[in-house]
Amino acid sequence: MSAPIIQVNGLSKQYHIGLREKANRTFREAVTDAFTAPVRNLRNLRRLTRFEDDSPDIIWALRDVSFEIQPGEVVGIIGRNGAGKSTLLKILSRITEPTSGEIRLHGRVASLLEVGTGFHPELTGRENIYLNGTILGMRKTEIDRKFDEIVAFSEIEKFLDTPVKRYSSGMYVRLAFAVAAHLEPEILLIDEVLAVGDAAFQKKCLGKMGDVAYQGRTVLFVSHNMPAVHELCPRAIYLTDGSIALDGMTSTIIEHYIKTSFQNTPDELSLRKAAGSDKVTPLSIIIRNSKGEKSSVVNMDEDFMIEVTYQIHEAVNNYHTFLNVYSSDSTLVFGAATWDTHGLNPDVVTQPGSYACTFKLPGHLLNKGAYSININGQSPGKGFIYQVENAVTLTVSEFGGSGGAKSRNRPGIIRPLIKSDIVPLDTGGMNSQT
Amino acid sequence: MSTQPFIHIKPKKGLQLIDFGELVHYRDLFAFLVIRDIKVKYKQTVLGGLWAIIQPFFLMVVFTLFFGKLAKIPSDGIPYPIFNYTAMIAWTYFAGAINTSSNSIVGSGSLISKVYFPRVIIPLTSVLAGLLDFSLAFIVLLGMMLYYHIYPTIMVLVLPGLVILMMLTASGVGMLLAALNAKYRDIRYTIPFLVQFWMFATPIVYPSSMIPERYRMIYALNPMTGVIEGFRAVLLGRTAFPTEMVLISIVISLGLFILGLTYFKQVERYFADVI
Repeated sequence: MSAPIIQVNGLSKQYHIGLREKANRTFREAVTDAFTAPVRNLRNLRRLTRFEDDSPDIIWALRDVSFEIQPGEVVGIIGRNGAGKSTLLKILSRITEPTSGEIRLHGRVASLLEVGTGFHPELTGRENIYLNGTILGMRKTEIDRKFDEIVAFSEIEKFLDTPVKRYSSGMYVRLAFAVAAHLEPEILLIDEVLAVGDAAFQKKCLGKMGDVAYQGRTVLFVSHNMPAVHELCPRAIYLTDGSIALDGMTSTIIEHYIKTSFQNTPDELSLRKAAGSDKVTPLSIIIRNSKGEKSSVVNMDEDFMIEVTYQIHEAVNNYHTFLNVYSSDSTLVFGAATWDTHGLNPDVVTQPGSYACTFKLPGHLLNKGAYSININGQSPGKGFIYQVENAVTLTVSEFGGSGGAKSRNRPGIIRPLIKSDIVPLDTGGMNSQT
Repeated sequence: MSTQPFIHIKPKKGLQLIDFGELVHYRDLFAFLVIRDIKVKYKQTVLGGLWAIIQPFFLMVVFTLFFGKLAKIPSDGIPYPIFNYTAMIAWTYFAGAINTSSNSIVGSGSLISKVYFPRVIIPLTSVLAGLLDFSLAFIVLLGMMLYYHIYPTIMVLVLPGLVILMMLTASGVGMLLAALNAKYRDIRYTIPFLVQFWMFATPIVYPSSMIPERYRMIYALNPMTGVIEGFRAVLLGRTAFPTEMVLISIVISLGLFILGLTYFKQVERYFADVI
C-alpha cells in the first residue's frame, strides 16, 4: 500500500463553553457590577484561549483521534450532533488549530464547510464566481478556464450579471455549488453541503461528487444523509463524544449508527409526548426486519414490519391505526390503514387494554433512502384521536441484499418488481401484413 | 507524491512568522476582496463615489469656518481651505482605513469560520480599498490648486512614498486593533476616540510650526505628523520638506507595521474560536 495522504495522530481539541453569567438581582448590584465586571470579564476573556487550568467549562470536542486515509479513498464521517465531526473538518481545513496532536496532509486541500462562503449579495453572479473561487483557493486563471463549465453546471446563464441578492435561494445554491464542484484539490473536505437545494439538484451534486470520487481524489464527507454516505463512501468513521467509535466498512457502520441513534427513540418519543387523548395512548412504534428483530435499517429486498403498540383507556368505536411514509424530501410516498384488512364498521367496539398492530410491508417496495413515518389513531369520520409525526426513521439499504439484477440501482422513490412478458412476435403474421 | 504540497497541522508554539509564499499564492483572493470592497461600498446609494469627496470637503468647510476664520489659527501663509483640505484627504483615508480594518476580522466571521486563507489579507484589504476614495478626494484638491494658483514642486515625486508611509501606518495599527478586537470587543468602542484624539495630535487643523521647537521631535513621534507635513510641503510648495519628521515617521510606522503583523500572526490561530 502507498503512503497515506492524510495521517491524523492523537488529535484533540478543547473548547471553553463559557461560564454562566451572573445575573444581577437588584439595581445596586447592577451598579456595583458595572464597576467590578471589567476585572472579571478580562479574566474570562483571557481564559478563552488558555487551557492550562482544569476549569469546569472545558469540553473536549475531539479526544485522541487517530486515523489514516490512503490516496483516492472516499471516507464518510458520521456521528450525532456534537460528536466532533465538524470540529475535525475545521482542523483538517486549518480553520482552527488542534489543542494537541498533529495531522500530515500530502496535497492541496479544499474544504466545503458551507456552500457560497463569501458570496456577497450585492455582487453579480459573475463577480461572485471569481470571489468565491479564490476564497476556496483557486487562482484567477484556473477560474477563467473553468468559467463556462461552472456557468453551465449552475444553469443560471441568464442571470449571470444580476446581483445574487435577486436570485431565488435555489439559484443561489446552484451557483455556489457549481463553483465548489469545479475545485480540483487532491483532498476534498465536505460538510453537509448537500442539505440544501431541491431534490433534483441534490441528485446532480451527488452525481458530481461521485465523479470526484472516481477521479481518484481523496474525499472526506461529513453527513447525516445515510443513503448519500452509503452511496459515495466505501469506508466510514463513526465519531461519538469526540472519539472514534468505529472505523471500517460503511455498511457495517451505518447499521451500527442507526441502531445506536434511532432504535430507542420511538419508545421514548411516544411515551414522552403522550400524544394520545384520554381514550388512546400510543406506546411504541418499532420497525422489525424480516427476522422479526428490531431494526430501523432494512434491506431493499426484504419484507419488514412496522409495529405500533397502544393502550386503549376507554372503549372506542371503529378504532383504526393509520401510517404515512414520507421520503427524505417530505414527499408522501403512501399511507396504509388497518381498515384495509379489517374493514370499517361503526359498530365494532375496541375494549380497553393494550394492543399491538403490525403493518406488514413487502420487500422491493421502497427504493434505498431514509423515510420518516407518521402514525395516527382515528375513528374514521370523527377525526384523529392521536397523531405522532416523525415517529420513526426507516432506512432502506441495499447492503446485505441478495444482489443480482433485482438489486441494481434505479431511480425513483418506489421500486416495485413489475412482471413483464417477453414473447417472440409471430413473424409469419408480420410478413403477411407487408 | 513528492511534488505535492505537504501540510503539517499541529498546535503552533512560539513566534509565528509570515509565510510570504502563501501570500503570493493567495494574491488573486487579495485582489478580488479589494475589488469587492470597492464595488460594494457605494451600492444602493444616490451619491455613490461623491461620498468620498463630500466627507473631507465639508469637514474642511467647517474647520475653515471655526479654526480658520473664527479662531484665526495660522496656516503657514497658505490659504486655510487648501491648507486644511490637503491634510484632510490624507487623514480621511487614514481614519477610514483604521476604522474598517480594525472591524474587519470580526466582520468577516462567516469567512473565517468556514474557510482557510491567510487571515492577514482581511485587514490589509481595507487599507488598500480605501485608496480609491483617496484618489477621488485628491481630484478635488487639484481643482483647489488651480483656484488658489498653488502648484506642487518637483518634490511631488516623493508623494507616492508618503502615501505608502501612510498605508504602512494604517496597516500596522489596523492589524493590531483587528487582532485585539477579535477577542476584546472593547476595541470597537475605542476606535472613534482614538481616531479623534489622534486627529488633534496631528497637524490637520493647525500647522506643526505652532508646536514649540523643543517639543517638535516628540510631536513627530506621531507617524502621521511627518506624512501630513510632507503632503503640504510637496503639494503646496510653501513650506520646506520636513525631512527629520518624515525620517522619524518611517522608523515609527515600520515599527508599528512589524508590531501589528507580529501580534496578528501570534493570535490568528484562535480567531475562528472566539469570533
